[in-house]
Amino acid sequence: MKKNGVVSRLLLAVMFLFLYAPIFVLIIFSFNDSKSTAVWNGFTLNWYVELFQNRAVMSALRTTLLVSVLATAIATVAGTAAAIGFYSMRRRSRTACLAVNNIPLTNADVITGVSMMLLFVFVGQGLSAFSNWLNGLQWVEDANLWFDFSFSLGFGTLLIAHITFDIPYVILSVLPKLRQLDPNLAEAAQDLGATRFVAFWKVVLPELMPGIVNGMLIAFTMSIDDFVISYFTAGSQVSTLSMVVYSMVRRQISPEIKALSTLMFVAVLILLVIINLRQARQESAAARRRHAAARQP
Amino acid sequence: MSKELIRLQDLCMAYDDEQVLDHLNLYINDQEFLTLLGPSGCGKTTTLRIIGGFVTPTSGDVFFDGVRINDVPPYQRKINTVFQKYALFPHLNVFENVAFGLRLKKVPEKELRQRVMEMLEVVSLKGFENRKPDALSGGQQQRVAIARALVNRPKVLLLDEPLGALDLKLRKDMQIELKKIQQQVGITFIYVTHDQEEALTMSDTIVVMDGGHIQQIGTPEDIYNEPKNAFVADFIGESNIIDGVMPRDKVVKMYGREFACLDGGFAENEPVDVVIRPEDIDIVPVEQGQLVGTVTSVTFKGMQYDIIVDFRGFKWLIQTTDHSPVGARIGVKIDPDGFHIMKKSQYSGMFGDYSSYSEEYDELSDAEALDAEEDTDAQRREDGYAE
Repeated sequence: MKKNGVVSRLLLAVMFLFLYAPIFVLIIFSFNDSKSTAVWNGFTLNWYVELFQNRAVMSALRTTLLVSVLATAIATVAGTAAAIGFYSMRRRSRTACLAVNNIPLTNADVITGVSMMLLFVFVGQGLSAFSNWLNGLQWVEDANLWFDFSFSLGFGTLLIAHITFDIPYVILSVLPKLRQLDPNLAEAAQDLGATRFVAFWKVVLPELMPGIVNGMLIAFTMSIDDFVISYFTAGSQVSTLSMVVYSMVRRQISPEIKALSTLMFVAVLILLVIINLRQARQESAAARRRHAAARQP
Repeated sequence: MSKELIRLQDLCMAYDDEQVLDHLNLYINDQEFLTLLGPSGCGKTTTLRIIGGFVTPTSGDVFFDGVRINDVPPYQRKINTVFQKYALFPHLNVFENVAFGLRLKKVPEKELRQRVMEMLEVVSLKGFENRKPDALSGGQQQRVAIARALVNRPKVLLLDEPLGALDLKLRKDMQIELKKIQQQVGITFIYVTHDQEEALTMSDTIVVMDGGHIQQIGTPEDIYNEPKNAFVADFIGESNIIDGVMPRDKVVKMYGREFACLDGGFAENEPVDVVIRPEDIDIVPVEQGQLVGTVTSVTFKGMQYDIIVDFRGFKWLIQTTDHSPVGARIGVKIDPDGFHIMKKSQYSGMFGDYSSYSEEYDELSDAEALDAEEDTDAQRREDGYAE
């Protein structure tokens, strides 16, 4: 058994080494006072300074944060509403809806990205043709109107794409909370004088909150570090951070990239730690209370 | 007595094709402790939920104080509910749980504080204001639920099997406490249970239900002593139910013998169900017995022995303080007031034979009743959990 323990511990160490070695190399060499990724020339923060002076990077950062925050907010509201809708369905239709919900999660990002891009282009062209047709009409001309519904890939399409792939994560983290919910709670609130809306707001929502916040954090993480779907749906004018990283790498692996990647890694890591800590704390708090209740007479 | 407060008129309720309530008529008096008693699926919870406003009857009317309230939503009814699993708000402490209804009614803070504390005193939970519900025991949660409902000073309190989740000892204490609270606040309690003992202990009026119909309405004494049919006789307490005929008033014939009884008003030689409570049967020496049988099983119950006696193939339950060994031939004697005669009903022949009696059987059916205690409606919601 003892020997086994050593072997398994060694395996674990090797596994972690393979998993995290690349990231450690990246982090360490982002502080290297040389462009080399092989020779250590002393500690510097210059690359970080340069990074923050790089206009393309800063503009991408703004885009990324804006799109992530907006997409997360919208997806959280929409996803929560959808989860509640799913929950109140009959069993068969709910199972069907959940299956549909899970497809985007398992689908390859490339396919999601390409299909969304095609859809946007298709709708954009359709609307453009529709505008032209409207503008050709006699009464439109008489009224001195000019329609232009056409749009092309850009921030709007990027945002829609992000909302779309965020929603399933929110739904998946809200649903378990709904299942734990005592179905009599909302009735009890109504019984005490609350309208349906007030009952939902004051009693049901607080119960769902931990799930909603977890879903929100996961959605934000997904949005922040998404590359593939953004790449296809953002068009040529808008870029997110990961797209900037990609385009820079294509030219050469500049040390700025290492600095940027390090920052992104740390940001996402912090978010993940927060999510996990929250979940662990919720569980242990519940266990503690149950324990306390069990000791009551 | 007091005036009528709630009237249910010709209520029908159907889920899909399943008829849960079938033309139910019932009136409930002010300040009455009324119990809806019946096995699971008899429609008692549905009746309660209709009064509370959580379900709308398929047809029929609900009157409150003379006004039709079918379309009044729950939050506008002067009725509060104590739910089966308490349904306390987990994110609020005890004080805020109790204060919930008052806060919605915008009661001034000072009055609110006073009323909540008063109510916590009534349910003896002073000092627990800052606890969260999941840091309370089942009995305490139960009392918070009662306080939360009563603090709104409703005219009617609905209780949906509120003691079902408590252990036996606590349940007995809470029964007495509930009755005390009801007398203290002086309002109508409508109580749903499948536990006949609970119903007998607490109620002014018991409504026995089965299959969406009311089987009998009456005081606990009426229901116990004068059951209307074999279902009620069997559901309330233990009963031996034997086929008999009434040759004339005050005489009943069974096992080919005539016995003196106190009932009358039946047609000549009308077939009837004869109910004999196990405690009304005296064991006497064989030669003095009106009937003679053989003891087939004896169970010690603490206060008494439950013995099963075979009378020509039909087994009776007799409760006695005297021990008779298995296999003994004994005589029995029944006083005229020990007989209760019922007209034949759809339930005749379904109950009252103790041939399959055994202790395990009894306990098993109790546990099953507890587990299966869900009405169709609740069952549907239950489906939502299973995934």
